[in-house]
Amino acid sequence: MSPAVVGRRGLTGNDAVALAWRQINPDVVAAYPITPSTQVVERFARYLADGEATTEFVPTESEHSALSACVGASAAGARVMTATSSQGLALMHEVLYIASGLRLPIVMAVATRALSAPLNIHGDHSDAMGSRDAGWIQLYAGTVQEAYDLSILAVRVAERARLPVMVCLDGFTLSHSLEPVLVYADDAVRAFVGEARTSGYRLLDGQDAGPLTVGPLALPDAYMDFRRALAHAMARALEVVAEETAAFNAHFGRALPVHLETSGLEEADGALLLLGSTADAVREALVGTSAGRGGIGLVRLLTFRPFPAEAVRKALSYVARVVVMDRADSLSTLGGPLGIEVRAALYGQAFPPAVTDVVYGLGGRELRPRDLERLRTLFQEAVPGPVYLGVEDG
Amino acid sequence: MSGGRSTRSAESSALRWQDLDAGPVLPGETSRRFLTGDWRERRPHLDLDRCVHCLLCWLYCPDSSVLVAGGRVVGIDLDYCKGCGVCAAVCPPSAAAIAMVEEAR
Repeated sequence: MSPAVVGRRGLTGNDAVALAWRQINPDVVAAYPITPSTQVVERFARYLADGEATTEFVPTESEHSALSACVGASAAGARVMTATSSQGLALMHEVLYIASGLRLPIVMAVATRALSAPLNIHGDHSDAMGSRDAGWIQLYAGTVQEAYDLSILAVRVAERARLPVMVCLDGFTLSHSLEPVLVYADDAVRAFVGEARTSGYRLLDGQDAGPLTVGPLALPDAYMDFRRALAHAMARALEVVAEETAAFNAHFGRALPVHLETSGLEEADGALLLLGSTADAVREALVGTSAGRGGIGLVRLLTFRPFPAEAVRKALSYVARVVVMDRADSLSTLGGPLGIEVRAALYGQAFPPAVTDVVYGLGGRELRPRDLERLRTLFQEAVPGPVYLGVEDG
Repeated sequence: MSGGRSTRSAESSALRWQDLDAGPVLPGETSRRFLTGDWRERRPHLDLDRCVHCLLCWLYCPDSSVLVAGGRVVGIDLDYCKGCGVCAAVCPPSAAAIAMVEEAR
């Protein structure tokens, strides 16, 4: 075990995020509770009450206000965190673009959950996918360990890329499930995140920088230049995530995958590609099993924004078929956002694999054994989809 | 609208996106350089002989364009007044010290 590791503790995903926050000890946390992310802030508030962190905690009256408070604090030079889910993230939507447009390195935990209507508190990726074009880096945890790791990594990624980061953990499946987690020493975490490299306007230090206008009007002669710069920052963030993941692994003696993780691709003719914790179930049930001509492998993305197109192309370069499992729908008739982007990444390749898009698990719908079996048969059918797994057709 | 300097961003000349590795931040008080007076179609005409100095216009003006000294209205700042007319609307009818007149005349 790495000297940075102090031991193993049973933690839920929400516990793990709150523990990471306590160790990071950000300047400001502003939040409003919503299922299934509520316990992140509950646990963190307990740490504060117990004197284990010195963060300025701002309980607000809505998520819109929570993220607005984060924007103000981050612009003033503070290291800032928040957490939300579902309708809360939807209510933040307006402010998401302000945070990224102002290039503020805010870190947000999103315990991903379905969107209403119908009202549903259970896990899927509809909320985070609704924010995919908001200029936030999005990292998806596959385990509670990764929810902990990514929460720490996100601080350095955000501050180097000068972009806000969402750490997405599957609602309930990760947010509320207990898992043995390697916990790092407080000192090791603090050494890794270091001093905040935030907006550069250290208004909080009491330095008199004079009055500033943050986020002024930018008319047609200026607005697009800022948006072009934002696109560049997002493209460059792929490298930032890769480099910071390597630094994280060296510092903590870990092997967190860079952008994506693959299993069983060497022997595979087909690959399942997905985000998040469902990977464990399909790996257990399907990877290494036969899908007709060859076996089934797995590609799990940790980085979704920016989209790691090159890594996806490389991972899929030897398979004939890909079944993309989307835990959100775009309602475009083309399937879920992950499938659409995988297809876009493969377009123009000399011999691209055939892609089937599967929408599954909406509102917490379980993957039953027969659904897994259906996934296997899809490798032989090679239909484009979208196939809605777990609902009865006909 | 004239398309003069007041309709452009205060600091945007020779902007290159390659140099923008931070959010848009300007020094404070740059709105002073943004002369919104040329948005105006109608201008407030203030008759100081009729003014009772109740300061309602000063209170309501959304552009802080009613000039006050020593607790008394002394004029309108036409560099910034957009001509919305709220000053004339709130001026007590018994005083009726402000009338909106067409800029074109």
